[in-house]
Amino acid sequence: MTPILEVQHVRKSFGGVVANNDVSLAVPPGKIYGLIGPNGSGKTTLFNSIVGQHPVDGGSIRFEGREITRLRVPQIARLGLLRTFQQTRIYRGMTCVQNMLISVSPAQLGWRSAYRRSSPAEERKAEDLLQFVGLHAKRHLPGGDLSFGQQKLLEFAMALMSEPKMLLLDEPTAGINPTLINGLLERLRQANREFGITLLVIEHNMRVIMQLAEYIYCLAHGELLAHGKPEAVQQDQRVLDAYLGAT
Amino acid sequence: MKLPAARALAAPAAILVLGLFAPALAPAYRSQMAFLWVMIVFALTWDLLGGQMGYNSFGNVLFFGIGMYACVVVQRDFHLGYYSALFVGMAAGAVLAVAVGALIGSGLLGLRGHYFAIGTLGIGIAAGELAGGWDFVGGGGGLVPPMYPGAVGGRETFFYYLTFAIAVITFPVLRWLYSGRFGLAINAIRDDEDKAEAMGLRTTRYKTTAWCVSAFFLGLLGGAVGNLIGFVDPREVAFASSTYGVWMVLMAILGGKGTLWGPVLGAAIFHVTQELFWKYLLGWQRVALGLLIVVIVVFFPRGILGWAREKWPERFGHGVDEAASEGGG
Repeated sequence: MTPILEVQHVRKSFGGVVANNDVSLAVPPGKIYGLIGPNGSGKTTLFNSIVGQHPVDGGSIRFEGREITRLRVPQIARLGLLRTFQQTRIYRGMTCVQNMLISVSPAQLGWRSAYRRSSPAEERKAEDLLQFVGLHAKRHLPGGDLSFGQQKLLEFAMALMSEPKMLLLDEPTAGINPTLINGLLERLRQANREFGITLLVIEHNMRVIMQLAEYIYCLAHGELLAHGKPEAVQQDQRVLDAYLGAT
Repeated sequence: MKLPAARALAAPAAILVLGLFAPALAPAYRSQMAFLWVMIVFALTWDLLGGQMGYNSFGNVLFFGIGMYACVVVQRDFHLGYYSALFVGMAAGAVLAVAVGALIGSGLLGLRGHYFAIGTLGIGIAAGELAGGWDFVGGGGGLVPPMYPGAVGGRETFFYYLTFAIAVITFPVLRWLYSGRFGLAINAIRDDEDKAEAMGLRTTRYKTTAWCVSAFFLGLLGGAVGNLIGFVDPREVAFASSTYGVWMVLMAILGGKGTLWGPVLGAAIFHVTQELFWKYLLGWQRVALGLLIVVIVVFFPRGILGWAREKWPERFGHGVDEAASEGGG
């Protein structure tokens, strides 16, 4: 199967700090893949490179076989490759429903349709997705009034509203009440299964990522350290050393 | 929690009727009332950028001045009848303002936050200096629009209804823009432009459109106001950064940035108090105005409607839906 996302030999440095060095990975369509690594290992930098937040110094990134290395953020988003942020980003002054309605697929926002009102079908979909993440009762509250965890859920729902082909999730469970994590994981799986969205997930919570992902890439010091099935990565001595700081 | 349509329309309808009969009710105040509509359009068009989109512009007075100059030049050089020249001139002013807006907008709107505000700060001043040195438009002496041909006293009534008409067109157009996805998009840009880009929104297109809509109505208004005042001075009237340029910001903030009615309310309060200061505190009116500004900023940093929205969020449709199933998170 040709991968939906293919990262080849990507290199990115900030001044003298090499954040990503010769990183390659491939995610097949319809799967849930994980990306792990100790703090500062370059996971978020890799996400930023993929979605066009900053230019890469070398290597190439392909999405659905299409070269996207030099495209900018909005162009890549319009191809159906979205990311969520580690520091959750939502529209704080707008209600949850409004947050959802403006997150419709960019294909819906052409020259003329951008001035129309949202359709009743979209409004229904927005409400359904808010129900899906458990925010239905708060749908008329401004996004900024939600708790951090709820904002994360809203951001996830916004991403679903946009009907992406692939989602890059940056620490989806960080800051979420531990009792709710299982519910969130179930929703991530559901999004993958029912909406057919390919997921690449950065996660620090090992229990979470081992349950969720079918395949895991591990970064350390900006380089790809190991990859494989969760059980294999979990037992890989190099991964353990990177996390526990062996000499 | 949505207001019923009838109630939502009650306020505009009342204002419309009042506006139509105001010259008959208070003929002595026609010019001041004409300026009330001018102020409302100032505040509304500023709020489109500053309030709804979060781009605090100090340069909007540029479009007003362009409209004013374009209109009077058309009136001077195109030998048309008075009314045709005036309306052609106003249209020309609006078109030119939009063209200039599109041209400089593509560069300026790339600046964010404070940088945008600073970038626009010099625009009005620079335009005033340029116009003041350009003999084709009268240089530092400015221009004088042609005399109103109608009966004595008819002039005030005519320009009252002209400015009233501009305000009456501006408000529903903005309201329509805000009610659709365009409104959501510019609100999204205000709240988090990086997120909007990450979601694939064409932010540059929305920003330029908003700026051009603002330019259009200000350009239209400029021609009318040039004729209402009776002379066009580059620094004091057309590109009056330190008066109109600042007032439009203040009025929108006073009423409540980013709300539909806030700018209207703010403009009305500001204009009425300013006229009262002139009348009863002559010599101290600037001091009084300065105090008013301080009071606004200290006690109503979010404006009157912004303050009301914080105090009674349910009345603005914000609230937890108790009836709905229990929420998560």
